[in-house]
Amino acid sequence: MVSLTRRVIPPDFVCEKSVNDKSMAIMTGTIILSAQSLGKKFNRRTILDNISFYLSAPSSLALTGKNGSGKSTLCKMIAGILEPSAGSVSIRWEGQIGSAAQCIGLVAPYLNLYDEFTAAENIRFLSRIRSRMPNEKRFRILMEQVDLWKRRDDEVGTFSSGMKQKLKYVFALVHEPPVLVLDEPTSNLDDDGVRFVGNVVEDQKRNGLLVVATNDADESSWCSEQIHLGEHEL
Amino acid sequence: MKIVKLLSIVLISFVLCAGIAVPMVPQPHGFFQFPIIPGLENKARNIFFHVPLAWTAVLAFLVALWHGFRYLRTQDIMHDHQSVASAGLGLMFCLLATITGSIWAKFNWGSFWNWDPRETSIFILLLIYGAYFALRSALASEEIRARLSAVYSMIAGVTAPFFVFVMPRLFAGLHPGARGDEAGSTPVAQLHMTGPMRIVFFSGLLGFSLLFFWLLNLRVRVARLEEQHSINLQP
Amino acid sequence: MIVQTFAIASKDLRSELRTRYAVNALLMFVVTSVATILFALREDRVSTDVLSGMYWVVVFFSGTAGLSRIFVGEEERGTALTLRLIASSSAVYFGKLLFNCLQTILLVLAATVLYLIAFPEFVIRSAALFAATVFLGSLGFAAAATIIAAIVAKAQAKGTLYTVLSFPILAPLLLTVIQTTAMALDGAEFSAALGQFQILFGYICAVVGLSFILFDYIWKD
Repeated sequence: MVSLTRRVIPPDFVCEKSVNDKSMAIMTGTIILSAQSLGKKFNRRTILDNISFYLSAPSSLALTGKNGSGKSTLCKMIAGILEPSAGSVSIRWEGQIGSAAQCIGLVAPYLNLYDEFTAAENIRFLSRIRSRMPNEKRFRILMEQVDLWKRRDDEVGTFSSGMKQKLKYVFALVHEPPVLVLDEPTSNLDDDGVRFVGNVVEDQKRNGLLVVATNDADESSWCSEQIHLGEHEL
Repeated sequence: MKIVKLLSIVLISFVLCAGIAVPMVPQPHGFFQFPIIPGLENKARNIFFHVPLAWTAVLAFLVALWHGFRYLRTQDIMHDHQSVASAGLGLMFCLLATITGSIWAKFNWGSFWNWDPRETSIFILLLIYGAYFALRSALASEEIRARLSAVYSMIAGVTAPFFVFVMPRLFAGLHPGARGDEAGSTPVAQLHMTGPMRIVFFSGLLGFSLLFFWLLNLRVRVARLEEQHSINLQP
Repeated sequence: MIVQTFAIASKDLRSELRTRYAVNALLMFVVTSVATILFALREDRVSTDVLSGMYWVVVFFSGTAGLSRIFVGEEERGTALTLRLIASSSAVYFGKLLFNCLQTILLVLAATVLYLIAFPEFVIRSAALFAATVFLGSLGFAAAATIIAAIVAKAQAKGTLYTVLSFPILAPLLLTVIQTTAMALDGAEFSAALGQFQILFGYICAVVGLSFILFDYIWKD
């Protein structure tokens, strides 16, 4: 099972390598994300059945399908926050088993930040929980890119939904993850935000792995591979 | 299962007849006489029903706990069916034990409830069963329900035995055989029980335990049929 | 993992200092329940047994008001998945346990101060015994509260469920600390309560150990 293989390695073993502050090109290495006959059931209803894929950087994968076809479920299982009912996900980084905490950046509607903390505190605390030193320089660059640097000391509770979405990108990218998983990447974003996401996606595709779950044809066209979910729908 | 069913019926019938009908005399001779226990007299007959019921209530909890543990290991939903069926029966036996004990207490100790250590323990067991079902009804997803109720029963299973150490420090027992009871200080099963009484008593223990396993088997079979039915409904 | 544990506990502490949600609820609960008891008693003198019983009743129900927030809050705000993404479940468990221990100790201190002021009969005649009881009691209380809070966070009707689930688990602990607190108020020797301390210590170890093993099953979906 995913959790078992992951627990073997201390969660902070990968972080040492990427702590040095260089561009994302540093992590080209070899990152491999694969799924072996993944399945998920809720209350005996099959949501996903027998999903397998193998991605080796640089590469990108689009997950498409109707509402309720299991896109988010699959994203959660890839990120290790949902246990599959069958099969497993494995991340190998430079030949070793990678932990989801260190290797994955996830932007998703169900992944919230703390409203009572400021943007800067959120990123700082969450980096610490990830057991990494907060990377101030990269934080500043990302915050300037999403136009939130001036608002860094405001509480996230005062942010609009679009601003929160942008901050989620900062949270997902600040540790330079070799795998970036985007669930509904452009929801709530303005034109600037969409352009920013476009740049992030281009970068990630070149240097690492990208997984996008979307219903939008434009967004799925970013990716080289595609899995269409929902064939086994009832 | 047929043997279990028949045996439990035979044993419980035997306990019913013998426990109620066998006369109690001061100097028992032969097989069909029980001794009179001073202070209990005919009220002692309750031991043939109340104690096996309480024992079965505990047994049912342990079975539910075991299947909860198995569920966590295997993620097989059948273990959850076993667990919940066992807990349901355990709740029933626990209630019956409480009622039989309470009625007996009214006649023997003067009130229905006295907070004697064993009364307190069975009250906590009732609360655990109640909490178990309250938790189950508050969880919507089948897998999470199975998982969390298994976890809860295991936590309760670890904390409940502490009563064994806590109780004697707090209360002087009223139960026959408990400390403070002038009639004796040994556990109930060894208290003034002659051979014939023991036969009836242990028949009761075995009979009610078998009854529990038979009912458990029935409920699990029903659950299995329901599961198959709901799978068949899905195209 | 130790770093993560402290990071999570300090995150919760800062969050609490900023919002004061749980602390305010806890303290107000202590104050109102003590006031209610005072209204009921008026001039009556009460025995130490009753006093120590009421002391822990106040602690138990105040805990109900605040301690379950620790997981319910994460689940309600949708930050539980964020934590699950970035932290190992054992770090989450111990971080939350640490924070709940702090909260419980604060709660018990507040209750003690209030009792000392409000009840002339509440005199701690054996300070060491009282301190040890209250400290071990708080740890055991926090240990049980943490794991029950984690379970309750996944359920509906969270507020009432917490009380229902935690009472049978806490009952052996409550009975022991009520008895030992009464002994401390009566001025018993420290050594007289060694048996009780063994029970408390065993209880804490059992609950924390089992929670640590089982937490994965609660925390992961």
